[in-house]
Amino acid sequence: MWLNRDIVSIGDFTKEEVMQVIEKANEMLPYASSGHPEKPLSGKVVSTLFYEPSTRTRLSFESAVFRMGGNVLGFGSLEATSVVKGETLSDTIRIVNSYSDAIILRHPSEGAARLASEFADVPVINAGDGAGQHPTQTLLDIFTIWKELGSVDGKKIGFVGDLKYGRTVHSLSKALSMFDVSLYFISPEELKIPKHIKREIDKKVPVREAKNIEEIIEELDVLYVTRIQKERFPDINEYKKVAGTYVIRPSLLTRGKRNLIIMHPLPRVNEIPPEVDSSPHARYFKQASYGVPLRMALLDLIFRGD
Amino acid sequence: MPVEKTLKIEKIGKGTVIDHIPVGRAFQVLKILNISGDAGVTVSIAVHVKSKKLGLKDVIKIEDRILDSTELNKIAFVANGATISIVENYDVIKKFTVKPPDIITGILKCSNERCITNSGENVKSSFSLISKNPLMIKCHYCEREMEIDEIIQNII
Repeated sequence: MWLNRDIVSIGDFTKEEVMQVIEKANEMLPYASSGHPEKPLSGKVVSTLFYEPSTRTRLSFESAVFRMGGNVLGFGSLEATSVVKGETLSDTIRIVNSYSDAIILRHPSEGAARLASEFADVPVINAGDGAGQHPTQTLLDIFTIWKELGSVDGKKIGFVGDLKYGRTVHSLSKALSMFDVSLYFISPEELKIPKHIKREIDKKVPVREAKNIEEIIEELDVLYVTRIQKERFPDINEYKKVAGTYVIRPSLLTRGKRNLIIMHPLPRVNEIPPEVDSSPHARYFKQASYGVPLRMALLDLIFRGD
Repeated sequence: MPVEKTLKIEKIGKGTVIDHIPVGRAFQVLKILNISGDAGVTVSIAVHVKSKKLGLKDVIKIEDRILDSTELNKIAFVANGATISIVENYDVIKKFTVKPPDIITGILKCSNERCITNSGENVKSSFSLISKNPLMIKCHYCEREMEIDEIIQNII
């Protein structure tokens, strides 16, 4: 099932498979800092093709490969590559396929990883395709909820901020709809969750939309915060007004449940002020740290099977 | 003068009749069947015709051309429920209702401008059928779901 499998979209996985990754990531946790004693990727070469800049995703993937005993080659910007000469993605993939045992791809076009998986014999892992899928981020988000709260089923999970363009929100909310959860979407009118995403989720789990966090903060187990980007607003004053409404202040958190956790895919700007970092609710740095064991778990499953 | 009670389009001797096309969709059906300009055969089109079943409908009759069912099922994307009659010697030899295929390749453009299939890669668009009623398809690559209005706007 897992051996040589492509990781393209969270929609390709069943709930049981998601749980299998989560449990494997938990096993990997101690090795994320010390390295896996069996070096499961020894002698293996993994390509990281990053057509768009990234900090956490690329570094955590590379760290995961090294911790598993493998080697990495690739690029993190396009200046020194044939892409600037106009090479198509499918041609690049055909070539890199012969240089490595797996390909990790980030690309600005949605569906790029699916296309790559059709041209590669080696497994392709999607590290984010434009505003589309980012399955490893989704899996690490689910791992964070599971690890920090003990389960995913039964939880009430709220998303706040830019729900229109935020791919992490789209992907995670779709994945969570496989579980027994309630989802809450809190955003300004301009940045509401797209119809086509809501349509898919609505069929499976209870969904509630709200304009402000105060309305629902007391109900939530998880508050997943995303950045509201200035460039989404034609009028800067409108941006300031809206962005100010969705700042997670410590006073707001006092109204939340004792075990409420705050997550954020990072980078954050002003939406979570630094004074929240020391709050017992803050989990966003821990969430980012789970990127390595989660990606180690996927590599282990792909290279060694179940 | 007596009120005309005959059909607006004559019966055909041989060919394909596409009936019960939702009103206003006849030209999209022709586009899907790749019939434009001089089709090389006689094509009659009736739009905004009274229909017992639909209230109003469009009808297309293509003479001397027997379309196969794969070709015809593609039109279900714009004319779900249309009735096809294959005619020979003025007799209907086969009659069926179109059904959208489970996979559709190449005849639609993905409505998502940022989809990899719209970026100059050498790849054909591909969609899978999510639901027949209401009609909904999903891009195999970017996973964007498209409803009937988007489908019609994106016929290649």
